[in-house]
Amino acid sequence: MQHEIIDTQDVVIRFCGDSGDGMQLTGTLFADASALYGNNIATFPDFPAEIRAPQGTISGVSGFQVHIGSDEVNTPGDFCDVLVAMNPAALKANVRWVKPSTTIIIDTDSFDETLIQKAGFQSDDPIEELNLQNHNLVASPITSLTKESLKDSGLDFKTIVRCKNMFTLGMCFFMFCRPLEYTYAYLEKKFKKKPALIEINKKVLFDGFNYASNIHAIPSTYTIKPAVQEKGKYRNISGNQATAWGLIAASEKSGRPLFCGSYPITPATAILEELAIHKNLNVKTVQAEDEIAGICTAIGAAFAGSFAVTTTSGPGLSLKSEAMGLAVITELPLVIIDVQRSGPSTGIPTKTEQTDLNQALYGRNGECPVAIIAAHSPSHCFDAAFYAGKYAMEHMMPVVLLSEGFLGNGSEPWKIPSMKDYPEINPPIIDSCEGKFKPFERDSETLVRKWAFPGKAGLEHRVGGLEKTPAGVISADPENHAYMVSQRAAKVEKLADYIPAQEIIGDKDADLLIVGWGGTFGHLYTALREIQKEGKKVALAHFDYINPLPKNTAEVFSSFKKIIVCELNSGQFAAYLRTKLPQFSYLQYNKVQGQPFIVKELVDAFNEIL
Amino acid sequence: MGGDEMSYTAQDFKSNQEVRWCPGCGDHAVLAALQRSFPEVAEIQGYKKERFVFVSGIGCSSRLPYYMDTFGFHGIHGRATAISTGMKVANPELSIWQACGDGDALAIGGNHFIHAIRRNIDINVILFNNQIYGLTKGQYSPTSKLGKITKTSPYGTVENPFTPGELVLGARGTFFARGLDSEVKLNQEIFIAAAHHDGTSVCEMMTNCVIFNDGTHNDYAAKDIRSDKTIVLRHGEPMIFGKDMDKGLVEMGGQIKAVRIGEGGITENDLLVHDAHTSDTGMHHMLISMKGPDLPVALGVIRNVSEPTYDDRVRDQLAEVKAMSPIRCVDDLLHSGATWTVE
Repeated sequence: MQHEIIDTQDVVIRFCGDSGDGMQLTGTLFADASALYGNNIATFPDFPAEIRAPQGTISGVSGFQVHIGSDEVNTPGDFCDVLVAMNPAALKANVRWVKPSTTIIIDTDSFDETLIQKAGFQSDDPIEELNLQNHNLVASPITSLTKESLKDSGLDFKTIVRCKNMFTLGMCFFMFCRPLEYTYAYLEKKFKKKPALIEINKKVLFDGFNYASNIHAIPSTYTIKPAVQEKGKYRNISGNQATAWGLIAASEKSGRPLFCGSYPITPATAILEELAIHKNLNVKTVQAEDEIAGICTAIGAAFAGSFAVTTTSGPGLSLKSEAMGLAVITELPLVIIDVQRSGPSTGIPTKTEQTDLNQALYGRNGECPVAIIAAHSPSHCFDAAFYAGKYAMEHMMPVVLLSEGFLGNGSEPWKIPSMKDYPEINPPIIDSCEGKFKPFERDSETLVRKWAFPGKAGLEHRVGGLEKTPAGVISADPENHAYMVSQRAAKVEKLADYIPAQEIIGDKDADLLIVGWGGTFGHLYTALREIQKEGKKVALAHFDYINPLPKNTAEVFSSFKKIIVCELNSGQFAAYLRTKLPQFSYLQYNKVQGQPFIVKELVDAFNEIL
Repeated sequence: MGGDEMSYTAQDFKSNQEVRWCPGCGDHAVLAALQRSFPEVAEIQGYKKERFVFVSGIGCSSRLPYYMDTFGFHGIHGRATAISTGMKVANPELSIWQACGDGDALAIGGNHFIHAIRRNIDINVILFNNQIYGLTKGQYSPTSKLGKITKTSPYGTVENPFTPGELVLGARGTFFARGLDSEVKLNQEIFIAAAHHDGTSVCEMMTNCVIFNDGTHNDYAAKDIRSDKTIVLRHGEPMIFGKDMDKGLVEMGGQIKAVRIGEGGITENDLLVHDAHTSDTGMHHMLISMKGPDLPVALGVIRNVSEPTYDDRVRDQLAEVKAMSPIRCVDDLLHSGATWTVE
């Protein structure tokens, strides 16, 4: 077979196997090596809810997709150029991501009768059954080769078999001309305390690389040149890690110690885990007994003067709603992070969606508005969390930060910012006052009350869930209630004076404006670029600020003939816009499959309107 | 603040808010005991008044923070314990006092209650136990007696009540005391002991709801029989009770028995001596569970054990990690781990 070296701009590779096969690690190592090599990358782990579902079954298939490129990479990619399938179930579950040119790598050792049956194939030939005969198929006995590679290692059978993912990684490194050094360095660090494992893993990786180069079964190798990136220092960051770090940054800028009260829930848990590491930066975390205790400990901490946060996902937000009302009426700073997942109820816990917007906007008793900010990419979670903290503290109110499983688990390279470029955070703390402290007396401009926490002499006061007068006295007076309701709402609306104006990306003179929010940014932006490449004009307004909306939103909308609101739900943002700005008409593009958009489906939809 | 200014009177802890409990409600007496004990509580803890916070949930007793002239937080139903926990972790210098009822702390808030005790966070929980939902106008609570007739149990309840002290022991609690609303002096003693104790102090106050559950505690608390039907326990003292102080408690065959001193050759030396400080829960469990007709109901500080608190451990761990970590600020954090430079 003629070996070909293809110089390409970008490649999408999807690793999949049993959830115990180490595919998440393989994918991460491939992504990290590519990032260090200088490519732009985006990743998307697509794993099952079960930790170890029955081996060889469809429900146990775990996938990790990496998109690497020498140009802009804004999504983890739609269909893959290379599919690595470690068993028949993985192949079956992921065949939908295969296109005609996809190269498929399989471990023939796992394509035995038992596993083919377990995956639910009717025949004994999965390739034929899935109609993949005409694809580039690299069928290698990966398990046997791994055993052979480690036969003198003295390791037990189980440990040896577990190394097959490193063999596969080695093959992929050959295929994409990746240097092995970055992964060697990783292995040396990871197994510092078990040096024997360093050599073993290096050997398997190296043998996989050489095997791929020797067999000539791999028809072509790809080179993806390092991207032209802005000068500076970079790192990889996942959305959940960026969220945690953004919160710590807001704590540092405000001088208020960070308190996080949370309960583990997929896919938000990694934020609590990350915060728990950084006690050195004045971070206190309480793993509470339930979601309600998570937010209530945070409210207690906010009253005591901490920058308080609670992290959760959809069902957890439902449990927190009563306490969110308490934070609204006590006017305490609090950041509530919802890493959205597929619902309702438990739904599909590991899959991404944008279906909690209505819950964030309206899911509480009484008139109970909160500010809502959405993150639009894994690295943007840092800024989104930072500003959620800034506005919560400076405006004395709860702020909901909407993230998504897609963002939280996804990762991308990030040019490391400098804290000196971030604004100060000045919470309205007071240390003394004349006469009795009136907790709900407001600044006439911002409508923000003062933050007076215990320990400050002369400021003794009481807050709580009962309606009160501005002086803090319990009151059921009708006029006072109406007044307080309006003041709390006006305070949230006033935030519009402080958030940035809405930007328009693309052609300002286009007819069509794409509107999106949150984690769909990469897909919408890529679709916009594709359409522009076709010589057509189109624009994108992607909203980070949901409530309040940026002040120029109506102005932005008014310069386009058509507006299409795209979101991973049945039209929640569109419905909100219809309420807020009823003078415009909104088309919709929606998807509720627990999966991100596919660029092609967006391009097709937009072209239909154009 | 100088030493002189540290001395407060009960008046200093009275807020200007009108107390709105029903006339004759047992909560009035508990509030009086609190306000009277607080000058001493403040002195013990070396705290300035501004460091006290009263936290509550929802229910009649949860109005209490409004009546104390300290910082106060009136939370939501059942969640006071979680709110207190967050406050104490955020600022361990605060002295946190929590008012909650039997429905508030043991039904809707049962989860938070047992977990706070398990963690041994340094808060003082005053549990007003009137065995009824008062603010919602008379439904049975998790401490209502089996068969109790209320608006939601018109034919009598068919469920067993909790004994709160048993929950405290089950959660490995370190402090449990029981008071009776009208025993103001004893309650003062209990609050002062709670203030001395580091960790979760649960002070159960048996209170009378005159409107919906009048006389619920009368089988031992009625004035004419109280001395014979209750025993006040004090650490290191023999267990003696009765109007004439002629009765006592002894242990026989692993059980507690009430005896009359002088009868059958029993002398004061044969009586049990209360040990509130033992970590073993066996005897404390027996004392907490005592009831009529054969045994007196135990009042006073039943369990008072010294163990590390959650907030201390949080503080120590923070200091430990800080001392070890090379990361001092967010810029350090951002540059930690694997990075690369584009020239």
